[in-house]
Amino acid sequence: MDHLLEIRNLSIDLPRGKKLPPIKLVEGIDLNINKKQNFGVVGESGCGKSITCNAIMGLLSYPLKVGKGSSIRFQNSNGMEQEIVGMAPQDLCKIRGNEISMIFQEPMTALDPMYTIEQQINEALSFHTNMTKAEMHDASLEMLKKVKIPRAEEILRDYPHHLSGGMLQRVMIAIALINNPRLLIADEPTTALDVTIQAQILDLMNELRESYDTSVIMITHDLGVIAETCEHVAVFYAGQVVEEASVVDIFHNTAHPYTEGLLRSINSLGNAKKELYTIKGMVPSAGNFSSGCRFADRCNRCMDKCKTECPPLVEIETGHKCRCWLHIDGAVEEA
Amino acid sequence: MRNYIIRRIIQLLPVLFGISVLIFAVMKMIPGDVISGILGIEATEELRHQLEVKYGLDRPYIIQYLDWIGGVLVGDFGESIRSGAPILPEIGQRMRVTAELAVLSAVISWIIAIPLGILAAVKRNTWVDRFVRVFALLGVSVPGFATCICVILALSLMFNYYSPLGFVFFVDDPMMNLEMIILPALINGFGISGSVMRMTRSSMLEVLRQDFIKTVRAKGANEKVAIFKHAFRNAMIPVVTLIGMQIGSLLGGGVIMEQIFSLPGLGQLAVTAINQRDYPVVQGCTLVIAFIFVIVNLITDLLYAFIDPRISYN
Amino acid sequence: MRRFGQTIKDLWRDPMARVCIVGIFLIIVTAVMAPVIAPYEPDHMIAAPKSAPAPDYIFGTDNYGRDVFSRVIYGARVSLWVGLIAVGIGAGAGYVVGMIAGYFEGWADTIIMRIMDILFAFPSILLAILISTVLGRGLGATMVAIGIVNIPVFARTVRASVIAAKGLEYVKNAQSVGVKTFNVLVRHISPNVIAPFTVQSTLALSGAILTEAAMSFLGLGIQPPDPSWGSMLSEARAYMEQAPWMVIFPTIFIVITILLFNVLGDSLRDVLDPKLKL
Repeated sequence: MDHLLEIRNLSIDLPRGKKLPPIKLVEGIDLNINKKQNFGVVGESGCGKSITCNAIMGLLSYPLKVGKGSSIRFQNSNGMEQEIVGMAPQDLCKIRGNEISMIFQEPMTALDPMYTIEQQINEALSFHTNMTKAEMHDASLEMLKKVKIPRAEEILRDYPHHLSGGMLQRVMIAIALINNPRLLIADEPTTALDVTIQAQILDLMNELRESYDTSVIMITHDLGVIAETCEHVAVFYAGQVVEEASVVDIFHNTAHPYTEGLLRSINSLGNAKKELYTIKGMVPSAGNFSSGCRFADRCNRCMDKCKTECPPLVEIETGHKCRCWLHIDGAVEEA
Repeated sequence: MRNYIIRRIIQLLPVLFGISVLIFAVMKMIPGDVISGILGIEATEELRHQLEVKYGLDRPYIIQYLDWIGGVLVGDFGESIRSGAPILPEIGQRMRVTAELAVLSAVISWIIAIPLGILAAVKRNTWVDRFVRVFALLGVSVPGFATCICVILALSLMFNYYSPLGFVFFVDDPMMNLEMIILPALINGFGISGSVMRMTRSSMLEVLRQDFIKTVRAKGANEKVAIFKHAFRNAMIPVVTLIGMQIGSLLGGGVIMEQIFSLPGLGQLAVTAINQRDYPVVQGCTLVIAFIFVIVNLITDLLYAFIDPRISYN
Repeated sequence: MRRFGQTIKDLWRDPMARVCIVGIFLIIVTAVMAPVIAPYEPDHMIAAPKSAPAPDYIFGTDNYGRDVFSRVIYGARVSLWVGLIAVGIGAGAGYVVGMIAGYFEGWADTIIMRIMDILFAFPSILLAILISTVLGRGLGATMVAIGIVNIPVFARTVRASVIAAKGLEYVKNAQSVGVKTFNVLVRHISPNVIAPFTVQSTLALSGAILTEAAMSFLGLGIQPPDPSWGSMLSEARAYMEQAPWMVIFPTIFIVITILLFNVLGDSLRDVLDPKLKL
């Protein structure tokens, strides 16, 4: 396997009892994450980007389930390939926090209010190493210093409610990186933070990623964050990948009308006086997807074919995939 | 911490004062007086007056109240009008029975309720969960005396077993004591386990949904650690409140259980005294019962400090 | 605010709630139509004492030879009536008191809630017995006593919802543009209180029926010869083994009634306010 992580035909089901078929929240996701790659996943809230990444960790919350025929393959630090879908719980535990780590959107609620910071960092160590308490203390302290937490020795003894959101997110990063994982999934790590803190956290992540040789999946709805941190981007819309390309191509060689809309709706300083662009209409809700292109209703270049037939995700240039009839040879003429 | 406790106790003083005034006022409002009860039809004005003077009932209410509460403050609850025996030792004696039943019932209910509540939350919407919910609903809905009647009836008809009458203290004859108390304790425990089970289940469900549980799992914790070390500890807070209130009212005497199994507890004493219009005893009993409830609630509040680091007492 | 009709519709969709509504309806019909349904007068001797169930008296007869079936039917009247009035008193008084405490806060709140704390400190059955003794026992005394015991629970529920509602933007708006206090309370705050209040009322109904049964069972509630399920059990205790039917049928009716109200209360809570889950 050439990639660190290969997702093939991933779907996630929301069961609706015995009588009805499950609702597919995401469908047909194919993604490859390379070693030491910074991979961005961008999309509106509810597009399925977060649950896709939860599925990578085997952490889908009740009652969601990975659909039939899905595959998530991961190459662990011994070079062994492992299938995550259907993996036994005890094996998953060995991967989580050790090979793959995760940080979340809401640092204020992401730590257990009942335990000290030290206890919670130590826990991550205790699951995957045989360190003594003193060794764990030293490791935790060192890690806190690496994430640039001042007065680290004191902070270790504090409880989460003593710390600010930015500090807690640093602690979360410390917990995520302490076992030197091969993949870090960051689920909107800066969304809940103040703008100034956001920049600090992103800088910190960029810095640490280089020193740790970790691949990062950065989930966000903010194209600015993508531009700052990622090399390769997948754009999610309504449970599907609609465009996937290098960050340069996404910004300068945009193919999908949805991506185009996203880019145009960024409020840049240059055109502050102009009215902010919005994509008309609303995202269709899961379960109400049409058989055609899911973006058809909101697309200003919609054709007849778009309404009836869902376009496949095809490689339009090397390393640039798009799910749109406009970029599939013959489709435009046919229409 | 010590300052906080002192502050809380000072805050309780008006409530405790109110409780004593309420009890006293209620006693004065109960129709039918003890003196006619004692004297029967032979009551003459003279005898009646003599007794009124003897019990101090001829004085203004405010003086009577102050006299009573003054005694209570130095540990003198007065004497029973019926038996003439001092009240406090009697209450102490009864408390031993009530406390034994309360502690046993509470422990039994936790043993049933907490594991099942956790199990139901973890295995939600499976048959285990459904079973636990029905079981809890029955615990909440079936009155204690109905369970008692059914159990006693079943034991006597099917096994010809009768719960021993009378009462012996644990220190005198442990086995006999346990045999007498285990049945009411089991029934009581089953009854109160219902609400604890529901509370544990819903609280666990609430906590299991929270972000930090996901963090714990993402760190590589197995289910045991996620559920017991993290979810359970957080879920315990509302359960502790409920348990505190239950213990408070259990210590107030399970009136029904004590009556059915003729256990000489505090509740039974209170009910008998109400029926006999034995005011000093009713006053003493209810005062002790209400005080215990208030104190247990205070202890519950203080217990939070050990469970939840977010509560600071400064 | 949810419309009443919508609530009923949602409730009807839940099969458990449907069973409860039908069941409670049947019990109410039984209680109202007791003279029509009951084959005998509840206090008439119709056969030999302690006769086992037979076609003429399907639940058997009691120690005075009275028809247990008829007494159970009439007992439904007493139990429901006591429950209804008691909850009416408790809920009504608790609503007003809780509203005042929650809306005005300050010293009114302090005094009211301290009084509620005082009432709350007594085990409910003991307090009910005390109050009913003051009032002279019997049906009316029992109702009022259980009603008073219920006030603190309602006051606390209502107060908490009022305080929560006061934080809502549109309530603040109404206050800031000078809507009269009374109108704010009725139009803007009350709708937020209704959901928890309704749920509490349903659960309190089962609680009140239970308390009545327990008091009567101890001989301190409804007095003979009025047939209440609790007082029937109280009389039946002495004959438990010779005439188990005297015990079994009232017990079944008590348990079923309480169960129905409790399940309905749960379903109502799920429909009205999923966040309220207890």
